[in-house]
Amino acid sequence: MTDFRDSVESMIPALRRYARALTRDIDLADDLVQDTLVRALRSEKLFLGGDLRAWLYTILTNLNRNRRRSLARRPVLTELHDTPEPSGTEAEGRDITRALATLPDEQRAVLLLVALEGLSYRDVAEIQGVPMGTVMSRLARARAQIRSVLDGERPVLRRIK
Amino acid sequence: MIHDTPITEDELHAYVDGELPPERREAVEAWLAAHPDDDARVRQWRAMSEMLHEKYDHVIDEPVPAHLSLDRLDRRPRQWASMAVAATLAAFIIGGGAGYALRGVITPSPVIASLTGDALEAHRLYVVEVRHPVEVAANERAHLQQWLTNRCGWPVRAPELDAQGLKLVGGRLLPGPTGPASFFMYENAAGERFTIYASRAAGGTSNMRYAARDQDGAMSWADKGVGYVVAGPVDKQKLTQVARLVFDQTEGQKL
Repeated sequence: MTDFRDSVESMIPALRRYARALTRDIDLADDLVQDTLVRALRSEKLFLGGDLRAWLYTILTNLNRNRRRSLARRPVLTELHDTPEPSGTEAEGRDITRALATLPDEQRAVLLLVALEGLSYRDVAEIQGVPMGTVMSRLARARAQIRSVLDGERPVLRRIK
Repeated sequence: MIHDTPITEDELHAYVDGELPPERREAVEAWLAAHPDDDARVRQWRAMSEMLHEKYDHVIDEPVPAHLSLDRLDRRPRQWASMAVAATLAAFIIGGGAGYALRGVITPSPVIASLTGDALEAHRLYVVEVRHPVEVAANERAHLQQWLTNRCGWPVRAPELDAQGLKLVGGRLLPGPTGPASFFMYENAAGERFTIYASRAAGGTSNMRYAARDQDGAMSWADKGVGYVVAGPVDKQKLTQVARLVFDQTEGQKL
């Protein structure tokens, strides 16, 4: 159905932005978006209406979560990639990127979905498959943590369990 | 009085994110005017959002890379409806031994017919087993999938058939006509068993075929060089539903 494809197509730029912020890696982000699109196109007949945007974000978020879970379980210090920054204050850009990297996956996702992608709390609850209260608690903790990092209280590298 | 209304943490976040009901706005703003610490936090949350937008909004304006173009990603859409029609037209009977008795308009490919025969043999052999129906049980699903993937050479996954009331019993490795075959067994609360047999099938992709032999039925198709056979009690409607679930969950990209 052309409407479906057109709607999916129109969301690609925003999905790329979200994936970029989520993974902090250009190629990885586009791979995630590609996987998301493939699944969305294949599942057209399974998508029974509802919010297409939320559905696409759900697929992408889940794909990233699966990817993260399958990474080595040994404790590893994150290596933070400096993505080339075409606009904005370079120092500020690095700070928010590093601060994001210190967040657990679910908190990072909530913060980005709300503050960057502008999704409603209800949508985020649906995307993450949790109650609204959990979304609010993740959001509060994410904002508190980012604040601490930006204020220079916490170290920027974190141990991944 | 509005200025005495207690404000919750959640409402501060909602205020920043445009999620606050309009009637609460005045109370929140009054609170922030009276509580500089909270006001500073709210400002910082806003600043975080701005930093995120400054850092990442440019991606929206980037041209979409070629490998994300929908035309490239969208291979010929998998048309369930046309495959189901082919199944009703192409019912055929699997005979034992020498040949196949064909009944129906469309001739099944010899490869699919052979695969279906083997799959039904395996189905009949193992579904009657009480103690050893499978080699690796469902509680080792991840290991089972990995093992079969390693041996068979394509991504082998046991689909989720909960929607048809079927739970995975487990799986095993079998010899297929031209190489190894993966084999999964499922069971419902009534004790009925369905199996999914997959093996390499030269000739790419084919439409779905229905076959029956005595009390067992099977739906078969090939998808990018792998042939699938879903076998179970001879109830064509039920088999079609199960086959559909399997079909929807199998990878389009193979080998």
